[in-house]
Amino acid sequence: MTATIPIISLEQVSKSFTKNRAAPAYVAVDRLDLHVGQGQLLALLGKTGCGKSTIFNMIAGLTEPTSGNVTVDGRNPFSDFDSFRGKIAIVFQNDRLLPWRTAMQNVELGLEMLEVPVKQRKDTAMHWLGRLGLRGHESDYPHALSGGMRQRVSIARAFATDANILLCDEPFSALDEMTARTLRAEFVRLVRENGKTAVFVTHSINEALEIGDRIVVLKRPANIAVDLPLTAATDRAEKEAIRHQIQSVLAA
Amino acid sequence: MTIPQAETSLGAATWSVSGLGRRVLSYVLPFAVVAGCWQIASQFFPPFLFPSLVDVFKRCVDIFFNWSQFSDVLATVGRIMAGLAGAFIIGAAFAVLMARSRAVNDFLSPILTLFQGIPALSWVVFAIIWFHGIEPRIFFIMVMTTLPAFTFQVLSALQAMSRDLMEMVMSFRPTRAKLFRTMIIPAILPDVLTAWKVNLGNASRVVVVAELVGATGGVGYELLQQQQVFDMAGALAWTLQLVFFVLIAQAVLTLIESVAFRYRAVSERTL
Repeated sequence: MTATIPIISLEQVSKSFTKNRAAPAYVAVDRLDLHVGQGQLLALLGKTGCGKSTIFNMIAGLTEPTSGNVTVDGRNPFSDFDSFRGKIAIVFQNDRLLPWRTAMQNVELGLEMLEVPVKQRKDTAMHWLGRLGLRGHESDYPHALSGGMRQRVSIARAFATDANILLCDEPFSALDEMTARTLRAEFVRLVRENGKTAVFVTHSINEALEIGDRIVVLKRPANIAVDLPLTAATDRAEKEAIRHQIQSVLAA
Repeated sequence: MTIPQAETSLGAATWSVSGLGRRVLSYVLPFAVVAGCWQIASQFFPPFLFPSLVDVFKRCVDIFFNWSQFSDVLATVGRIMAGLAGAFIIGAAFAVLMARSRAVNDFLSPILTLFQGIPALSWVVFAIIWFHGIEPRIFFIMVMTTLPAFTFQVLSALQAMSRDLMEMVMSFRPTRAKLFRTMIIPAILPDVLTAWKVNLGNASRVVVVAELVGATGGVGYELLQQQQVFDMAGALAWTLQLVFFVLIAQAVLTLIESVAFRYRAVSERTL
């Protein structure tokens, strides 16, 4: 639980999957209680297959929980799907750029859904491409861009809609460490500058320590194993202690 | 230093010209051989069996510049396009329903498979029995013979759409119309154009059969007239009109492909 007003709340949320009626259900998330405060940057950490992405999809409204309540800004993101248009933006693990659209047109995608006028749409897309160091590449198709550049376009696409909530599903995991580190720093700066609330799914302890001002470590099936707040005052020694704590939780 | 470079570039230019020439030759040679054999045969056989290619060419020009004859070609082209458009619209609607609902898929799939097994000539007979007007008959035949292929090809394209990209677009909460415009149509367009190319060839063969039996105009009807007077030059000339149409239509589709799919990197293509 956080001190700030929660904007994202999961209460006793479970999610199970069944292949058929005869087979036992696979429980991906088990009675999870999680609250994310306004302006918080939450790093959701766990081993592969622990249900991080399932939680992510439920917050995004792309999946319905089997039981429990998910609310974002007081509403259900699954049943009130359309009302969240422009309110939640997602950066996926891979860039997921539409190959038939240029970098600029990809960034404009969310703005098109919001029916932003063409001129304003193009100006906004250009602004975000510029901020992410892609000026001069706006007319390039995704195949002509490097992996890092493509992921920058996908970050620009998420920021362009000015959504209050950003969901990021291991967005830098496919990139080399140097590129990932640069993008991570840019991402945190942009989130802080624009006062966004962000949930950042990762399986990397270093990434979680670098990004989050709160780290939630998940056990399998997904539930909170440990909830660790970080502040600007958290020094290197404390971070090392937190790293060891996370490592021991994950090892267990 | 400059001379060897000039020689090299000249050599490359000569090589590329000879490469182009070889490609053109390899494309033209089979036709030239067939035409040559035909022309030789025309010297030894009567014109109703092997007419001179000069006569065939003259008949082609006659058809092209004589409005009353060329209108028959246009009538056939119109029937092909109307039939294909009808089959495509119905097929695309079926495919969307089949992709959305397993029950609809389970119901329509065997019916369309059954239709695929019915010969075009049987559809001609059914159309003559069921319909009175010429145009409804031909439209029905064209639709029934191309509908299964259009449906299955569009269905396959819908099913092959990237789940990841669909999820990404859905995360922006698009309206149904915007989902179609931004995601579904661009994703299935390559397969739709391929379906049109394939069905265009099929339709041009079927329309002639349909016109041969039940029409009072069009290329098929004109072929029947040539057969009755044993005019081989006329029969060839009318056939070539249809072949020209198919070649032009295929070229237009290829042009659309080259514009619509310019985003595809040549280096990323398998072939």
